[in-house]
Amino acid sequence: MLKIKDMDACYGESKIIPALSLDVEKGKIVCLIGRNGVGKSTTLKSIMGLVRTPKGSIRLDGEEIIKMPTYNRVRKGIGYVPQGRDIFPQMTVYENLMLGLQARGRKSELPAYIYELFPILKRFEKRKGGDLSGGQQQQLAIARALVTEPKILILDEPTEGIQPSVIQDIGEVIRKVNKELGLTVLIVEQYLDFVLGISDYLYIMEKGEIILKGSTSELDAAEVQEKMTH
Amino acid sequence: MAQFINTVFNCVSLSSIILLTSLGLAITFGLMKVINMAHGEFLMIGAYMTYVVQNIFEKFFPESMFSLYYFFALAAAFAVTFLLGAVLERFVISRLYGREVDSLLATWGISIILQQAARSIFGMQGVNVKAPSFLNGGITIGACTFSYNRIFILGMVILCMILVWYIMYRSNFGKQMRAVMQNRAMAQCMGINSRKVDMLTFSFGSGLAGLAGCSVALLGSIDSTIGQNYIVNSFIAVVLGGVGRLTGTVLGSSVIGFASIGIENYTSASIAKAAVLFIVIVVLQFRPQGLFAIKSRKLDE
Repeated sequence: MLKIKDMDACYGESKIIPALSLDVEKGKIVCLIGRNGVGKSTTLKSIMGLVRTPKGSIRLDGEEIIKMPTYNRVRKGIGYVPQGRDIFPQMTVYENLMLGLQARGRKSELPAYIYELFPILKRFEKRKGGDLSGGQQQQLAIARALVTEPKILILDEPTEGIQPSVIQDIGEVIRKVNKELGLTVLIVEQYLDFVLGISDYLYIMEKGEIILKGSTSELDAAEVQEKMTH
Repeated sequence: MAQFINTVFNCVSLSSIILLTSLGLAITFGLMKVINMAHGEFLMIGAYMTYVVQNIFEKFFPESMFSLYYFFALAAAFAVTFLLGAVLERFVISRLYGREVDSLLATWGISIILQQAARSIFGMQGVNVKAPSFLNGGITIGACTFSYNRIFILGMVILCMILVWYIMYRSNFGKQMRAVMQNRAMAQCMGINSRKVDMLTFSFGSGLAGLAGCSVALLGSIDSTIGQNYIVNSFIAVVLGGVGRLTGTVLGSSVIGFASIGIENYTSASIAKAAVLFIVIVVLQFRPQGLFAIKSRKLDE
């Protein structure tokens, strides 16, 4: 589904990630974990085209997208839920959701399952996005990304700053869209229990490099734990 | 009584003129945060376009059609400034996003070039347009006279406001535009071509300046400094009202319009000018964000 090969990612002149390779298999939930500041978010941003990637290749379903502008990547089928959610604060919940349709045809409508997955968004339809709580914003951000009808959903720390019950809900939603819609998922996360519970495959990152990878069931949880904390 | 009504009408009229010249700026400066020093010159170009279209009609069309020239002038003024705005955005401003001082200097240079170009083409002397016949005269009610000119500008402002409101809040383009202005990166992640939106937004703001220029052409003679005369009040109105809010710009223009005429009535024109600036300074001292600041629960800032 998504294949990154020997990609460099830079902020301005400084190289953050040298020659990264990473595979996300179709229909799987893949997690990229690691401590703060090792380049996890930057990896996602390079997939979205939000940071400079002068070298390497990113293929989506075999198609090279590394030179594409962000909005075309989204139209090709990448849904992005950024860290900090990035809800449009001055727009209503409904308007935020409708923005997801920009990636698609002019006459398209909100998919019906959005409100089934997130009943709370139906209730708060008319509220300003900026007036929602963190957990509600996170749900809105995921819903908004789903509206673009992506092939692959990319989430940056979906549990950050969110109460445990909502984290559970979010985990359930991710599992559901993965199973029922067959959506491929790539998650960057620090919360290990959440990761071990949800993922099929793990990548562990350290200083811009992948130091360990493997399917979640085969990796030793204690070893992963150790790599995360040192 | 008659004098009071006249004064209020003058206040409303001046406010509407300031508002008309501020609308475009509310978009390019208020929403996009681009300080375009050449905005006043777009207004000047709109005014000169009116003059050009008028001359064409005088020369090539029968006398009976002359009054219609004004509608063509409005369209021409909008179209020309819209295109110039697009060119300026693509070749200058889009290369200077995030570098305010540089874009300020660059657009200032362009403003000087445009002014000199106007002097070279149309001469140092101001030129005048003949108002279309239906705008001559005015309505007299009792002892008060309201000139059609000014009523027309009031109507123009209302029309432009509706146009701006509709485009911003009801059209699909407006939705894209607001998304890009609120969070450029995230808008791109929704599949919005933000470069195109930036260009069209800037062009739209510039086109509004052209429309304003076409309107103020009716009020007096047109020369290369006409833009400068209006632009200062416009910038003040946008800042006073609160950057990023249309209602703010309406209120900002009204405050300046009413204060100018009101104070001028009891003192003199120059004292009124100083007093208005003083009011603006005091207001910004206590409300640095302007009269209408955007309030929202900021979770991640």
